[in-house]
Amino acid sequence: MNAYISVWKLRFLSGLQYRAAALAGLATQLFFGLIFIMVYVAFYQHSTAEPQMTLSQLATYIWLQQIFLSFVMLWFRDNEIFQLITSGNIAYELCRPCGIYSFWYAKLLAQRLSSAILRCLPILLIAFLLPIPYNLSLPPSASSFIPFVLTLLIGLALNVAISMFIYISVFWTMSPVGSTLVIAVTGEFLSGMIIPIPLMSAWLQHFTYVLPFRWTADFPFRVYSGQIPPAEALQGMIIQLLWLAVLIIVGRWCIKRALRQVVVQGG
Amino acid sequence: MYLYLKYVAILFKSQTQYRLSFWLLAIGQALTPLTVFAGLYFMFAQFGQVKGWSFYEAALCYAIVGLSFALAETFARGFDMFSTLVASGDFDRLLVRPRSTVLQVLGSRFEFARLGRMLQSLIILLWSLNKLPLTLTAPKLLTLILMIVCGTLIFAGIFIATASFSFWTIQGLEVANVFTDGGREMAKYPLSIYEKWVAVFFTYIIPLGCVNYLPLLYILGRTDGHEILYMLSPLAGIVFIIPCLLLWKIGVRHYCSTGS
Repeated sequence: MNAYISVWKLRFLSGLQYRAAALAGLATQLFFGLIFIMVYVAFYQHSTAEPQMTLSQLATYIWLQQIFLSFVMLWFRDNEIFQLITSGNIAYELCRPCGIYSFWYAKLLAQRLSSAILRCLPILLIAFLLPIPYNLSLPPSASSFIPFVLTLLIGLALNVAISMFIYISVFWTMSPVGSTLVIAVTGEFLSGMIIPIPLMSAWLQHFTYVLPFRWTADFPFRVYSGQIPPAEALQGMIIQLLWLAVLIIVGRWCIKRALRQVVVQGG
Repeated sequence: MYLYLKYVAILFKSQTQYRLSFWLLAIGQALTPLTVFAGLYFMFAQFGQVKGWSFYEAALCYAIVGLSFALAETFARGFDMFSTLVASGDFDRLLVRPRSTVLQVLGSRFEFARLGRMLQSLIILLWSLNKLPLTLTAPKLLTLILMIVCGTLIFAGIFIATASFSFWTIQGLEVANVFTDGGREMAKYPLSIYEKWVAVFFTYIIPLGCVNYLPLLYILGRTDGHEILYMLSPLAGIVFIIPCLLLWKIGVRHYCSTGS
């Protein structure tokens, strides 16, 4: 366990080094957040239909997406791992006295956390100070804030478990391009990153509910704004944990099979 | 020009060497913006219209921006990746050759796999034109082509300007994403739905609105007089790329080599 913690710590600290990149990312995210909300404001203005979420809930949803972008996006990838597999350096990784799944898991988790910590506070602050309807609103009560934190953290763990499959698939395909595209692009759509899930058609909503993706992003964000009451959030948390367990077990099984037939590339 | 075509031909041959990987990449590239388009579709399915714009009109807007962005990415990719040339010191090699640096950087990289993206935008373009109740007269068609070409010029201009800044610093250049990716995201909806300051910025400073929104009004027959002005507004793209090229010239003069 100690080894995993120190891998985690090292990654975390090295992630904090890239401050200029974080600043640039910050500006980009603020701009994107504003533009997205502006589009929704325009849509809501002359809307005759009654959408499932109010505009202030929607703005909050968008800002939370931007603030915790590195928690929820699947695009976040570690090229080092891809190179390990394709260049044959995986052999070194196998010599280490620790499980490869947990090792990579800790690494990926740390990257996401450090990137979020650099970015989240400034965006949080600015988003709170923006004028209505662009601002991030407070959660309606403390009783929805605590479940939000919990669900967000489980969501993060779940997201890392999903992204592990992208890395595992490279053992077979040898090129990360195809699998990242398929898993990341569809996953991002189904977790409500392109348009919020409550604004999708009913049939599509049902479809997203049976897949694990929405539990990483859409669910905690709606717990925050109180659309999902705390009691329901508890039930959701159990489903999240179930998904997490299933994905980790399947992931470990896949990596075991991959390693049994691994070909060390290169000479 | 001859040299440029030669560059293109060589890169095309080298990229199609790995045939399967090339096609997979092209298909994948086409899929990415497809989910964005699906997002657009579901928004209109939910709300019906946005400030008087229908789904097909917005789709036309989206397709034109998508097409010009994909074209710019294919042909000006060398500028997009330019900071790596400066960081490694490889730019020196380009300087000693007796040809213009712009030409050489343009020729240093092409991504033909972006063809997938182009194709996707093209299909949406034709589809939305087909569904919209308008007849495509010769001047309208001409305007449409002008929009795409000048849109490409604007995105290429942003790439060149960003690349020029890498002569001074190669840190934090990701800010340019606000103008490239952000501009693309923004311009996929008609400019009139945004707040005033966004519209002003993207009309007068980065004239994406001039190549997209204003001529679109003319094509859809929404103008009141001054049609010729709306038709010719894409030419702002040409005006935009001139200072970008100037900035490049200044940057090249400032260049100090790195590396060993």
